[in-house]
Amino acid sequence: MMKPVFMTYTKKDLINLAVCMVLSVLVIPTFITTEYWYTSILIPWLCLALATIGQQIVMGYTGQLALGAAGFMAAGAFAMFNLILRVPDLGFVGSLIVSGLIAAAFGILFGLPSLKVRGIYLMVATLASQFFIIWMIDKFGWFKNYDSSGIITAQDIVILGKPFTTPLAMYFVCLAVTTVLTLLAMNMARGSTGRNWMAVRDMDIAAESMGVSLLRTKVQAFAISAFYCGVAGALFAFCYLKSLEPVAFDIKLSFKILFMCILGGLGTINGAFIGAAFILLFPVLLNAIGNNVFHGAIDATIISSIEQVIFGGLMIIFMIYEPLGMAKLWENIKQKWKTKIPSSTNLKSSLGKKT
Amino acid sequence: MVEELLFFMEVLVGGLLAGTMYSLVALGFVLIFKASATFNFSQGAMVFFSVLAFVGFMQDFNIPFVLAFILAALLMVVVGLCTERFVLRPLMNASEDTVLMATIGLGYVLEGLAQAAWGVEVRRLDLGIGDFPVPWIADNLKLFISALDITAGLVAAIMIIGLFLLFKYTKIGLGLRAVADDAGAASSIGIPLKHIMLLVWSAAGVVALVAGCMWGARAGVQFALVDLALKALPVLIIGGFSSIPGAIIGGLIIGAVEKVLEVYIGPFFGGAIEGWAPYVLAIFFLLYRPEGLFGEKIIRRV
Repeated sequence: MMKPVFMTYTKKDLINLAVCMVLSVLVIPTFITTEYWYTSILIPWLCLALATIGQQIVMGYTGQLALGAAGFMAAGAFAMFNLILRVPDLGFVGSLIVSGLIAAAFGILFGLPSLKVRGIYLMVATLASQFFIIWMIDKFGWFKNYDSSGIITAQDIVILGKPFTTPLAMYFVCLAVTTVLTLLAMNMARGSTGRNWMAVRDMDIAAESMGVSLLRTKVQAFAISAFYCGVAGALFAFCYLKSLEPVAFDIKLSFKILFMCILGGLGTINGAFIGAAFILLFPVLLNAIGNNVFHGAIDATIISSIEQVIFGGLMIIFMIYEPLGMAKLWENIKQKWKTKIPSSTNLKSSLGKKT
Repeated sequence: MVEELLFFMEVLVGGLLAGTMYSLVALGFVLIFKASATFNFSQGAMVFFSVLAFVGFMQDFNIPFVLAFILAALLMVVVGLCTERFVLRPLMNASEDTVLMATIGLGYVLEGLAQAAWGVEVRRLDLGIGDFPVPWIADNLKLFISALDITAGLVAAIMIIGLFLLFKYTKIGLGLRAVADDAGAASSIGIPLKHIMLLVWSAAGVVALVAGCMWGARAGVQFALVDLALKALPVLIIGGFSSIPGAIIGGLIIGAVEKVLEVYIGPFFGGAIEGWAPYVLAIFFLLYRPEGLFGEKIIRRV
């Protein structure tokens, strides 16, 4: 009988994990004391990275072009709001899990077209989920507890009777959830689940003839992806926005997550973090340049337009020169630094160059 | 009863005519897809970019209407040139999905450039065609149909006929079809791929400009045009990606269905189902007829 393996890890992983944990649990809280960093950078970074992992699972690992991450995030966020409001016994963690599951249900529903179509056809199908979920939340007052103002304040986070309301405490909540889910994602990606995803991505017909069930694999990928997005959306609303409004989860956010996923590096988990950090920090940097170098001579709208041009340009450049994104660049740099011999194993994804 | 029927007719005709607006956007997609098998996600951004430049030329530089239109069209040719040179040529052998991603990037670049150059405020575009019911039709047929809608319908019809003739009867059209079928084989028998691409992208740019004028005259020239243009995607799914008549029929279906649903079923759900109804309709088409009404059957070789 096969032994169930829950977590597989090597010595290198343990070292990486230890370094990340020390950095995020000890170093960051001791050295960063300004609230701005937590409320505007670290917390959204963790939330969006989590959502990007969701996008990675469906797009980077399973090769299905999906463009509805923000819709699932909205489903998660509003499920969380209603669960805390109506089922207080569930507690924060319980609500978080259940809201993830609710988002996953939507993921399964809107992932079904992936069985029939691929590429841009699927993208259109997933756009339906984006618009439908936002509309549903907007139009049925029940989801918003009949609040007429349109913006609802998120409830305070209370775990085991303790309130988590300071930026640092919320950071730790996000960190804990993100860490657990990231480890899980890495394990899934490494294990048979991930192998199936990648087999479907690389050649679905071959995968099917090898005995990989397309139905199961694709639906599973969509469900897990939506679960991640849902949890990320709940955290995003409760720790970062501290309010809930459907507009916050519009198609622009979906595009942002898509960019994070692609620029970060398709088919990699660390790419999700790199991509999220880049997309989040770059505008901050650009604004800083605008304020300090040009002393506010450039209009804020122009700066945001320039930011858009640069993101778009980078997307094109990466597609031409490195379709596997920044994670691959980082990998190449490490590789060169270590051995001076260029790596010969090239991960081929559905977005890679045709052979 | 007669009044109800008239009202239904009015909704239907209004929807059909509004649908031609979607068709105009979808037409640009089809042009590029037909000639290069590329999904140009930036078509919506091109609509926004071109019409904003057009309005910008008129309002900021006081260039007369016709000249501004020509300048904007030339600008779209330049955009086509740059796209061919800096985006498509390097991605010649890349997979479909990679090119699609690159066109999403291109869309971002165009949106950003347009806003950086002309600002973000909503601009009014006056074509000299009113967006109000035509009195003659209102009096005689008791239908309230906007003059702008009729113009859009006419413009769409003219463009479709023109493009159809171009594809069917000219040498260029033959070249376009050859390239779409197999770019490698086409270039090996001496069809200049570069020129074909340039031509197609420029044509798509001009189509975008025309579509933008129609949309801009109705809703103002603003960023929301990009989101409106997204609705061209379900139009394409219904009509088929590679069919010019398909883009038109698809647009008509989407326009009519979304208006009829909005008026008759929308009130039960609090309205605004226009936002997602086209996409859900597209899903049903995908499940039963993935190639669309007029598209070529999708064949995947292993």
